Amino acid sequence: MSLSLSGSTRNLPQYGALVAVLLANWLLFPDFFSIRLQDGRLFGSLVDVMNRGAPVALLAIGMTMVIATRGVDLSVGAIMAISGAIAATMTQAGWGLSAVLAASLASGLLCGLWNGVLVAVLRIQPIIATLILMVAGRGIAQLVTEGQIVTFVSPDLAAIGSGSFLTVPMPVVLTVAVLGLTALLVRMTALGLMIESVGVNRLSSAYAGVNTPVILIAVYVWCGLCAAVAGLIVTADIRGADANNAGLWLELDAILAVVVGGTSLLGGRFGLLMSVVGAAILQAMNTGILLSGFKPEFNLIVKAAVLLVVLLAQSPALTTLLPRPRGAQPIKPHPVAPKRTTP
Amino acid sequence: MIQRFLPLIVTMAVLVVGFLLCAAQFPNFASLRVVGNLLTDNAFVGIAAAGMTFVILSGGIDLSVGAVIGFTTVLLAVLIEQAGIHPMVAFALALIVGAGFGAAMGAVIHWFQMPPFIVTLAGMFIARGVSFVLTTDSLPINHPLYSDLNEVAWRFSGGGRLSLPAMLLLGVFALSMLLAHWTRFGANIYALGGNRHSAELMGVPVARTTVGVYALSGLLAGLAGIVFSLYTGAGYSLAATGVELDTITAVVIGGTQLTGGYGLVLGTFGGVLIQGLIQTYITFDGTMSSWWTKIAIGVLLFVFILLQKGLLAVWSDRDGDPAEA
Repeated sequence: MSLSLSGSTRNLPQYGALVAVLLANWLLFPDFFSIRLQDGRLFGSLVDVMNRGAPVALLAIGMTMVIATRGVDLSVGAIMAISGAIAATMTQAGWGLSAVLAASLASGLLCGLWNGVLVAVLRIQPIIATLILMVAGRGIAQLVTEGQIVTFVSPDLAAIGSGSFLTVPMPVVLTVAVLGLTALLVRMTALGLMIESVGVNRLSSAYAGVNTPVILIAVYVWCGLCAAVAGLIVTADIRGADANNAGLWLELDAILAVVVGGTSLLGGRFGLLMSVVGAAILQAMNTGILLSGFKPEFNLIVKAAVLLVVLLAQSPALTTLLPRPRGAQPIKPHPVAPKRTTP
Repeated sequence: MIQRFLPLIVTMAVLVVGFLLCAAQFPNFASLRVVGNLLTDNAFVGIAAAGMTFVILSGGIDLSVGAVIGFTTVLLAVLIEQAGIHPMVAFALALIVGAGFGAAMGAVIHWFQMPPFIVTLAGMFIARGVSFVLTTDSLPINHPLYSDLNEVAWRFSGGGRLSLPAMLLLGVFALSMLLAHWTRFGANIYALGGNRHSAELMGVPVARTTVGVYALSGLLAGLAGIVFSLYTGAGYSLAATGVELDTITAVVIGGTQLTGGYGLVLGTFGGVLIQGLIQTYITFDGTMSSWWTKIAIGVLLFVFILLQKGLLAVWSDRDGDPAEA
């Protein structure tokens, strides 16, 4: 891809941050990088970071494209709860794995379609459109599980959470597969370009012939599907569905991962891989805090600090104040309204 | 004129019809006791929602209110029980901290030109994080003033009572309406939410208004935290989780446009009571499960947003404005 070279230098801060966090973990915990093979599966802190980070990374992949269209999807946590609730309830009722997976993914697709129609056809602000499902979705998930925490005994479904493929834990495999598939879809076709153009200016994109409603709906549907996969992983991992707590506040972590990955909340250019790197940075910090013996309560404060630093670094006000390195052009902030000079 | 008041009329009609339906089904529903409890139980959400109304009217959003409420309860418990500070002093400190926290977020939003959504998200993490660091346990507050304050009530015949939280709720809404509709600050907020650029050109002090709006939201979240700590008699770092969503929902059901600039403070009061009414109905019914509350509120949210969209489309056609892309 043509942008790969400039992209790699642009993304240096993210890679640097990931390396720094991993090194800090290694200093605190010398065994951090040791990986061992046991029962045909890799174990170790680094594997654990990837494994635990998988649900947020999956959400971040879908969220990246939603944010690239200048939207946001607050309902992904609730969609995780719905897809998990359906998977657990159906498995308990004796359905086979393929039917369970199909129903669960279909629920994510439907939820995404709902969000997409609200945003694209009814033109509701994304925050509010997805707020509806965020509020009602958990109720729907509780309706499915009838308020119980549904547990199941099915080695097939559990394998999605705790199994492995070629020694790599299944959640990591799924994340890489979804990332690969998404990158293929948006980067090998004009889809990615259209998503970015809708995010930069929806009206001009429509005039330029981009079918903006279809693009927007597709983006929200894909985000819903990613959330459904994440919900399956979490449910399979704990072998049960907790409609109240599955995916709770993960939408915020996913948005955070996307922002840390460098995709602007103002829409436009996006980096799928960088969002996954963002999710990895967050998870590595989380693991580091746990390993270092700090109270896990510090996690939120550290997250907030990282968020603020990243945002300040991207802030249009700050970039115009500070000198740019190597003669790069300062990024002009998107004007909210066209500026007119007084006559 | 009708454009301005139609959403409020719809909200209030839904509230009244809902109340009448409940009263028709349960004879005991239409009593001062139920109404008093409705106000008391929703006081903290309502107070925070009043602050949220100003933020949304100005075109912003504040995701930190639930976390600030939780933080305030913890701060009060720590100050009163562990530091031995008199509750009245602790209340004043909590209000100052809340307002200062909000002002800081407003300052970051204005001077660094960052989206309010993400700045207040960071604020939410900070407020929750600090309260987790202070304590993860639920700390009881046993100061005698707390039981005295909980006894303060205006009693009616038939067992109904207007408790102190309910009085605070009514007072906050009365003052908020004054502030929004009869002061320069209120007019500036509407101008800012209508079109920031035009407001700036008109000479609206954008910086002062933005900081002021978030400070006000933080102050009211602090007050809501005080009410919540009176209501539960404890400080808990997980208290009021998700209240930011309840408040945003109340504002939307109350007829305020989320894009800013349109809406009335009184509508939010109706929105809070409609949510409370649904909860009370489900409690009265006894056989319905609690998740129906969430689904019903989601449906209501959807209907009200559609209604607003429809109204806005009708008006902009009439005014000859080009439809938004």
